[in-house]
Amino acid sequence: MTTSFIHPAFIMILGAVLLPFVRGPFRKPFLFLVPLLTFIDVLYLSGHPGTYGIYQFMDWELTFGRVDRLSMIFGFIMALMAIIGTIYGMHVEDEWQHIAAWFYVAGSLGAIYAADYIVLFLFWEMMAFASTFLIWARKDEESLAAGYRYILVHTFGGVILLIGFVLRYQATGGDYSFDQLNVQSPELYTWLIMIGLMLNAAVPPLHSWLPDAYSKATAVGAVFMCAFTTKTAVYTLIRSCSGFDVLIYLGIIMALYGIIYAIMENDVRKLLGWEIVSQVGYMVTAVGIGSSLAVNGACAHAFAHILYKGLLFMGAGAILHATGKQKLTELGGLYKKMPVTLIFMLIGGLAVSGLPLMSGFVSKSMIITAAFEAHLLWAGFALILVSAGTFLAAGLRLPYLLFFSTNNCSEETWEKAKDPAWNMTLAMAIGGFLCIFIGCYLPFLYNMLPNTEIAYHPYGGYHLSETLQIMAFTGLAFFLLRKYVMPENTISLDLDWFYRKGGRAFLWTVKNPLQWFDTAIGKAYKVVGISTLMTTSAFWSWFDWNVIDGIVDGTARCVRAIGRRATLVLQRGQIQQTIYYTVSFAAVILIAYVWL
Amino acid sequence: MIVNFIDYLRDRLQTVIYCCYGVMTFIVIWSMSVDTSHAHTWAEKMIPGFWSLFGLCSCAIVIMVARWFGRSGIMTREDYYDN
Repeated sequence: MTTSFIHPAFIMILGAVLLPFVRGPFRKPFLFLVPLLTFIDVLYLSGHPGTYGIYQFMDWELTFGRVDRLSMIFGFIMALMAIIGTIYGMHVEDEWQHIAAWFYVAGSLGAIYAADYIVLFLFWEMMAFASTFLIWARKDEESLAAGYRYILVHTFGGVILLIGFVLRYQATGGDYSFDQLNVQSPELYTWLIMIGLMLNAAVPPLHSWLPDAYSKATAVGAVFMCAFTTKTAVYTLIRSCSGFDVLIYLGIIMALYGIIYAIMENDVRKLLGWEIVSQVGYMVTAVGIGSSLAVNGACAHAFAHILYKGLLFMGAGAILHATGKQKLTELGGLYKKMPVTLIFMLIGGLAVSGLPLMSGFVSKSMIITAAFEAHLLWAGFALILVSAGTFLAAGLRLPYLLFFSTNNCSEETWEKAKDPAWNMTLAMAIGGFLCIFIGCYLPFLYNMLPNTEIAYHPYGGYHLSETLQIMAFTGLAFFLLRKYVMPENTISLDLDWFYRKGGRAFLWTVKNPLQWFDTAIGKAYKVVGISTLMTTSAFWSWFDWNVIDGIVDGTARCVRAIGRRATLVLQRGQIQQTIYYTVSFAAVILIAYVWL
Repeated sequence: MIVNFIDYLRDRLQTVIYCCYGVMTFIVIWSMSVDTSHAHTWAEKMIPGFWSLFGLCSCAIVIMVARWFGRSGIMTREDYYDN
């Protein structure tokens, strides 16, 4: 490691390792300091593009620090979100949550700056394992099960990615650099790498882990999780699969699928999870289009998305933290008790919906414009339809049902409901401010985008008119049809049905037919095997006792009897006789020796 | 302050609704005067208030598809996965 390069992930890991030793009044400043130092490091690196942190490991040259415009913007937003997330969770005493969150951020930053698949894989897995602890930290039965599902799915994705880049290593004669793949004529390894990466981006049909896990994580854990996994995956897809046209179709399916499920959802954080699926669909579509504008749009939307989705998850977390509830059917009318949370959730909801002067407006429209410029009219119109659906789900339905409609809160829930502590409010205020700032001051975001040759102006009259019309009339449709989107005490079946039910079928198979077969084998062995063995053993025991031992014991008895007789004959106690026998015996031996 | 303001608006809900209708009307009328040279298709140029119609239909489609899809067996009891 050169002196001018300190990997941002290293600061987070070091902070996480030292955290248990920092206690008392030093804990909160330390919690703020570590992500702040990481952010400063990221800013420093952004001013010094280049390749750093090259190590030789066995036959491989590992590169930990590729700093270019693409990694800069993602590194910047991840480090910024680490600060916001840590401030939001500052009240949490459980140090394991902070440690897991920081390792998770380190995994994301490590993957972003990685220049080869080996380093990428190392940090990729670090992300998966660390984030699992953010789910388990909630410490209830559902979270435990969801955490296992999450880690199993991600391990599967990791293995696919591993197989993909190992096959590529073999096929290309040792190339393990993490760069743009040849997507024009994809090989098997291209597909495998893309599938491994797109699992983390929650692209259907590999998406079900997201709403499942994010709704079961802790309030703070979900704030971290909503930012890092999917957007790091979007970064890796931009880096390696830009222009892979199958991603256009998958992205559009994803955007539509997510929004339909969000409308049906009763669980607030699951609803927001479905919203992530839908919004990441925009980014995946942009990666599939692959033009300079589309790639800029994917980066801008990932940047904006981390902030507004983080804000929405912070709002939902504040409600969960205060009331312990996250179902729409158990909440409602909360504006009287949580007005500050309402404001921030409204800002988040309007930002995701793409209201002018909000972050979503300046990022999402870039992708839609890229779709139209690539003459993909169907994709452009589908994305606009989804943006109407997004406004419906996150900008209208969610705040309406949480804060304004019928109060479904129990007396206890209503009593508990209150705006969150200062640190959570501060984190939401930072997120809310940035959502508006990005929408109002374009150079802040646009100057960070990777393709500098592209100029994009979102605030044209036509675009403003288009957006305002869509939003206004989406509002009208919601007003007229709102009775059809009322929450119900249901869950929505999804593709995780296959592995959840499949897992149970496997368990049933193990418990029933396989167990029966095993028992039958055991019984058969007991009847046939054991009795045969016992009979054989009894025979050999008898044989040993009577034949072997008989021979050995008989020989011994014979020797003893002969000895006794010889003693009686030869040792009668008369000295002359004994001397006679001895001398005779010695003479016989002497003669035998001389003659022979 | 925020609560008082919301209560104030809720007390005058009908007026708020009329104001929203007014804003919608204004947006549609304004959209007709906007330069459509940046339109993506001929339909946007030919149909006045195209995006209003698109927004209204999109929202209705999303609601109805979600409802149909949910009612087709996708929305199920909460303890479905419980033992």
